[in-house]
This record gives sequence, C-alpha cells and structure tokens, in this order.
Amino acid sequence: MSPARVVITGLGAITPLGLNVSDTWAGLCDGKVGIDKITAFDPVGFTCKIAGQVPDYNIRQFVPKSLRKSVKLMSRDIELSIIAAHEAFLSSGLVTKGIDPDNINVNPERMAINIGAGLISCDLVELAPAVAASVTNGKFDIHKWGKDGLELVTPLWLLKYLPNMLACHIGIIHDIQGPSNTITCAEVAGHLAIAEAYQVLARGNSDYALAGGAEAKVNPIVMIRQCLLKRATSQNNDEPAFACRPFDADAKGSVFGEAAGVIILENLENAKKRGAKIYAELIGLGHSNSINPEYEHIEPDGYGLQIAIEKAMAQAHIEPEQLDLIVPHGTGIPADDLAEARAIFSALGEAAKKIPVWPTKSMLSNTGAAGGAVDVIAAVCAMNDSKIPAAVNCDKKAEGCNLNIVNQTKKKDIRYALCCSYTYGGQTAAVILKRFD
Amino acid sequence: MTKEMTERVVITGMGIVSPLGHDVDTLWQALLSGKSGVAKNTIFDASTFPTTFDAEVKDYDLTKYTKNPQLHKNSNRGSAFVVGATAQACKQAQINIETAEPTDGIDRTRLGIYLGAGEGSVDNDVFFAAIVNGWDSEKNEMDWGRWAQVAFEKMDSMRELEQEPNMPATHIAMLTSARGPTRSCLTACAASTQAVGEAMMLIRKGDADIIIAGGAHSMIHPLGLTGFNRLTALSTRNDSPETASRPFSATRDGFILGEGAAIAILESLSSAKKRGVEILAEVIGYGSSSDAFRVTDMHEEGRGAIQAITAALADAGISYKDVDYINTHGTSTMENDSIETKAIKAVFKERAKNTPVSSVKSMLGHLIGAAGAAELITCVCAIRDNILPPTMNLIDREPELDLDYIPNKPRKMPVDIVINESFGFGGQNNVVIIKRWASG
Repeated sequence: MSPARVVITGLGAITPLGLNVSDTWAGLCDGKVGIDKITAFDPVGFTCKIAGQVPDYNIRQFVPKSLRKSVKLMSRDIELSIIAAHEAFLSSGLVTKGIDPDNINVNPERMAINIGAGLISCDLVELAPAVAASVTNGKFDIHKWGKDGLELVTPLWLLKYLPNMLACHIGIIHDIQGPSNTITCAEVAGHLAIAEAYQVLARGNSDYALAGGAEAKVNPIVMIRQCLLKRATSQNNDEPAFACRPFDADAKGSVFGEAAGVIILENLENAKKRGAKIYAELIGLGHSNSINPEYEHIEPDGYGLQIAIEKAMAQAHIEPEQLDLIVPHGTGIPADDLAEARAIFSALGEAAKKIPVWPTKSMLSNTGAAGGAVDVIAAVCAMNDSKIPAAVNCDKKAEGCNLNIVNQTKKKDIRYALCCSYTYGGQTAAVILKRFD
Repeated sequence: MTKEMTERVVITGMGIVSPLGHDVDTLWQALLSGKSGVAKNTIFDASTFPTTFDAEVKDYDLTKYTKNPQLHKNSNRGSAFVVGATAQACKQAQINIETAEPTDGIDRTRLGIYLGAGEGSVDNDVFFAAIVNGWDSEKNEMDWGRWAQVAFEKMDSMRELEQEPNMPATHIAMLTSARGPTRSCLTACAASTQAVGEAMMLIRKGDADIIIAGGAHSMIHPLGLTGFNRLTALSTRNDSPETASRPFSATRDGFILGEGAAIAILESLSSAKKRGVEILAEVIGYGSSSDAFRVTDMHEEGRGAIQAITAALADAGISYKDVDYINTHGTSTMENDSIETKAIKAVFKERAKNTPVSSVKSMLGHLIGAAGAAELITCVCAIRDNILPPTMNLIDREPELDLDYIPNKPRKMPVDIVINESFGFGGQNNVVIIKRWASG
C-alpha cells in the first residue's frame, strides 16, 4: 500500500503586509515592504529600531463568544496563530465548531494540529510592577519577590508563555482532538511543523491537519537578543524599506518581525471526496542539521541545508531542472546567505543557476517560526497565479551568491517549487510543493 | 512516493542525568530502594517562595562526558544535562561521539535527533537588573532606553541564545555529528514522550535508521517557580519535602518541580542487527491526542487521555489485556491523579484494578519536558529486571483512587509490555508502549 497523498486545501496568514493571504500576496506582488520603525515599544537605545509589524486587528472577532474570557490568557504569538487558523479553515470549506457550531462537517478526532512556535518572551511591562515591588537599595531582592512580587504576578501568567498554547487555544476554539504537537526549532519551526503534519496524515493517524507557525518577535527582549547577536541590522534605521537585503552585496543583517502562517493539509482522497479546492500537493520534505561551533550561524558550506534539500528532492522524485521556483530562507545576514547559496548549488548543481529564486524577507521581515509557513503560502500563491513577483532589495548580488534572483515580475508556469529554511542552532528543512493538476 | 516501509523499532542505548543519579543504574537502584530526590532548593534562594523545595540534579560534571567542554560552556542547565545523557546513551549503543571520522558504520545523514526540550532560564541577575533600571515608577511604565542600557551592557549574546528551546538539540548535533531528521518539540509535560513517539514513527517509515530521542529541561529558576506557584500546581509541603510527592494519595497537594535530561537511542531493527548491538526493548506503539477542552484544566472524564491510550494500543496492535504495567503520569496534583485513574478505568475496564500502575514522580519529582523520557527509561529497566518501581508516599487513600498503585515498595513480577503515559498543560496527551525484545 502506498502512503496517502497529502494536499493543501486551506491557507491563512497574518503578516506585516496584511491581515490575510490575499492582502499579503497583493503586497508581495507590488513589491511592498512591511518593515518600518518599531511602534510596539520605543526602541531608543536599540541598535536596530525597525521591524515588520502586522496591521491592527481585533482578536475578539476570531474567538467565539463562549471563549472570550480566554483572550486574557493570550500572548501576541497566540493571537496571531488564531487569526491565521481562522482564515485557513474558512478557505478550506471545513466547518469546525469555531467556524459554525451548527454546521460542523469535520470529525474532531480525525483532525491533527502541528504548530511551529518560538520562545515566547514574557511581556516585561506586565512583569515590571512585580519586579519594582521587589527592590532593596536599588537592587532586585529575591526575598521580597518570593514574599510580595510573586503575588503581583497574575495567577495564570505562565500559561500565556508556554509555546504549546498556540496549538491548545486553536484546538479549543476549533475542537481539534487528534494528534497535537508544537515544534520549537526557532526559524525552521514552520517547515518542520508542516513536515510532521504531513507525516501524521501519510501514516493515516488523521484525515486533515492544521499546520504552520506563528511568532511575534517585536518585543524588547527578542529584539535585544538579535541585536546582541548582531543578526539584526544596525544600519538603515532611517530607510526601513531598504534594510533587509537577502543575498545582496550591501546586506548588513536581518530585520525581525511578526506573523503567522497556517495551512490545512488533507489526505487527497478525503479532499476529493468532499470536493475541496486543492491549492497544491506536498511531495517532498527533508530535514537535517548544520554543525557549527559558532552555532549562531549555519556552517559556511551549508552542508546541513544541502542534505535537507537533497532528501526532499529524493522524496519528490524530481530532477533539479524541473524546479520552477525556489523560496530561500534568505535573511540578509551575509554569512548565512552565502552558506545558503552554497547549499542550493551543492544540492541542485548547475541547474541552480537557472531556477528563479525569490526571497521574501526583504518585504515580510524575518518572522521566526512563522517564516517557513508564510513562505509555503507565498509559493502556493505564486503557483496558482503563475507569477513570480520581483524580488526586493537584491540589486547587486553578494559575492558567491550567484543565484538567479528574480528582479522583474515574471509570468511563469510553476509546477514545482522548493522552500528552504534553517535556523541559528543549525536545524534545517526543505519543502517541495507540486501544483495540483 | 516509494512504497510504504515499515521497520520495527528498538532501543539500543539509554542515558540519564536526573535528581536520583547521573546514570541509568544509579537511578534505577534509587527508585527500587524508594529514595527521594526531593530536597530544599539550593539553586537559588527560594526561602520566601510558597514552595521552597524541588528535585535537583546535584554535582553534575559536564567534563566527564565531553572532550570539548568549551563548546558547551554557555549551555543552560537542560543542554548541559543532555550532553551527559547523550554521551552515555551513545556509548551503550556504540555510536561514536566527538570524532571527525566515526568508525561505527552509521550513515550520519540517517542518524537523527528528536527532543522534547524546554527553554533555558533567563540570565536572572541581568534580567531583573534591567527591569529595575528601566521601570519608571512615577509614570508607571517602562523606559526602554534605560532598560536597553543595562541589557546591552550586561547581557551576553550566547547566553541569551542558549535560552532558545532548540539549543539542547544543537548541542547533541555538535556532540554526535548527527545529520539526519532533527526536531525539537515542546508540548509541556508531555514533550519527551511525544519526541520518542514521533522518532519511532520516523524510523518505522524509513526516514532515519537511528534517532537520538528524549528530553531535557530545567524550570528550576525564579520565573519558572513563580509561574508554577502562581498556578498553584506545586506542592507547598515545605516541612516535609521527601514526602511531598505523593501521587494518588488523598493528601497530595501538587507536583514537585524537577530537572534533568534523558535519552533513548531508537533504532530500526535491521540497523541494530547489522551493527550487532544489544537490544534493550522494542517500541511498539504511540498515540497522541489533544483534549481541546480548557487551557487550565484536563477534560473531566479524561477524554483526551483515553483517546491517546486507545490510539497507542491500536498502533501496537495489542489489547489492554496484554499490558503488564502502566507507568503513569502521576504528578501528585489533585486533578491529574483522579482523571488519570478515571481514564485508566475507562480503557482497561475489568482489568483496571488488576493492572499494576505506579508513579516514579513520587521519588524523582517532575522533570517537565524531560519527564516522559526519564520514565521511559525506568520502563525499560522494569522489563529487563522483571521488577516494578513503587509509588512511594502512598500514605492515605481516596475511595475513587482504587487501582493497584504498587504502594511503597517495588514488586517482582514478569513484565513484558509496558505503557508510558504523559499528559501536559493545555491538554496534550502522549502515550508510548514498549515490549520486551524477542526476535521473530
């Protein structure tokens, strides 16, 4: 018996370019940049003062009345994931308890959820009054904290920051009772969550799965870490639209942001039976490791990413020449971009010179655990529109990054697309999509 | 797609760093003699916290396990522990570590990693100092410039990076040169059972030959203790730490925060046979589900737990009647122990009261993300030695909690098939089933 084929039947996104997939895709097509001065907090004193922030939203629109009290327990990461999940279900035709409790057409026990989540950083503003009440002679005093400060922390505080709470809140809203996992592999988490959901379906444990990633990185503690690691650019603070420059000779670092991307994966037979719209098929998944003593970067030759791409290609049973599009991780961090370019060449050989490459982070920013999922959605949109939008801020290729970066919007039949990702710490992934004919 | 492959999956190595010892045998002997790893907190001054005790890894020496301690010098506690647990497990499974040219015959692209791992502690002194400096008490708001001044001056970039939950997997990769499928998950207290289950599935389907699977976590830090104390999830029996963890006892009042790392080497049967390594047990079933109920509570009837146990039995192709022992989640909270008992009764029906179950958390404390993998190791030992570890501190009984909890002393009996249950905050349920290895 062959394993079940797995297709994408729903898409949902909230990104710095819009509150849904169509606005995000329209922004990408227009070459809009969702990066601007940080407004979530005053970044005075930060080396990087810009980020990709999502437009305003009202979370209450996405949470059924009976669960409104739970809004208080939601960190921003959780909110973003709920909004993207809502759209994904609406676009899929699957009616869950959270969409319309009177017309449910899914079996909750046969639905899985797999979400990539980041290290959710606690809201320092929320914690600060408790810390301020625990000071002796100008210094934090743990005795006072244990006695007084602690009591000022809201009782359910911890539950806002557990990474699995994204999947749990979505699962409660939509009544998802099947296998549930939360992948916490930083910037590669979105792809790995999609890969695992695929496997859950392929082995027959579920009929449909919600998969993707979400992360809100516009937060002082996250931003300062990226500044300290010098992964965030300290230049172009005055020209945010030009700041993130993947594979470009003038790249100075990445720009971080917030987003969620969620897709519905479904067993092909199931999707056909219910006459679902099929956006694309998932046909190849690979993952591996970079090994580098300086593990804030991937290894210079990109070998760990190369292995992931090779494994995905082997599973997809296609030749490099057949790839019509590559959406790379492309962060704008010169050392990592160079390593990724090397990985793509090592894995795909000469063909890599011709395959169109379209990095998205110059527009969407680096949204951590969300990035891989948003890129898969962008690739699906490109496939369905037969169009690769022009890349942004990749004007002059950096040395060694001799990829075929798309500099002009191009109409193109896209049958096969490859998305790559990797993270500090070294985990890598590759996902291959096929247009569904 | 190629045609479906199904490999049998076995365990060929184990390693642990725990509050009851830094190797499998020490831990196992401690559990059989009813020792407690619970004592007063020595990691930071918790003397004014509602809970002043925990289950700590003591006297751990990373340099015993690695030639390159420099590589791991910025590690948080979880990553440091996992280096030791991995080194032990690899030694037993005959997997070379820290060598550019391994001679173990293992294709590194088919050697993967799957961890249930937690985040590392914030760098406490600078974390709190920055907030103190940034808080504008007149305006009642944060002055981020003042906050950033301290943060930029005192925060160390690598120690900040080490707080990320993918870091324990990173340290394992550096230690072992594993290049196969690698993932890290964090489904609260059920994470490392999920990691073992998913790793088993990857090998079963032919995606890897060997996976270094398990968990690593420490939440014994001021914010971790604060979070659990505020949830009132922890025991506050400060006058008697050793008897505080009393799963299934009527007077249980919460779990005991523990820490550690546990690793099991999962391997395809064909790879284990080819390499001629000793097989410690077979992993035969895995089930995962979610309660979809409340983020704060388990489903009252244990709906998700029942579904996960049932799914694991179906996956293993066995009946509840075949199960010799259940290693429970058994946290010593009012809620978990009642609902887990209900779930066991629902699945095991007429056999429920005759199926021995126990909670090693009564001695080991709750290793959070690492708990499931640590407990899996005790299940393998139980099969090996035909001895079941006890539930210690079963002091007083509650009428509805009437299973055979193996109270207060271990029990010798034939053990072939064991269920390991883990349940996490938010309604995460993961169950793995292992079996005595028998060829054929």
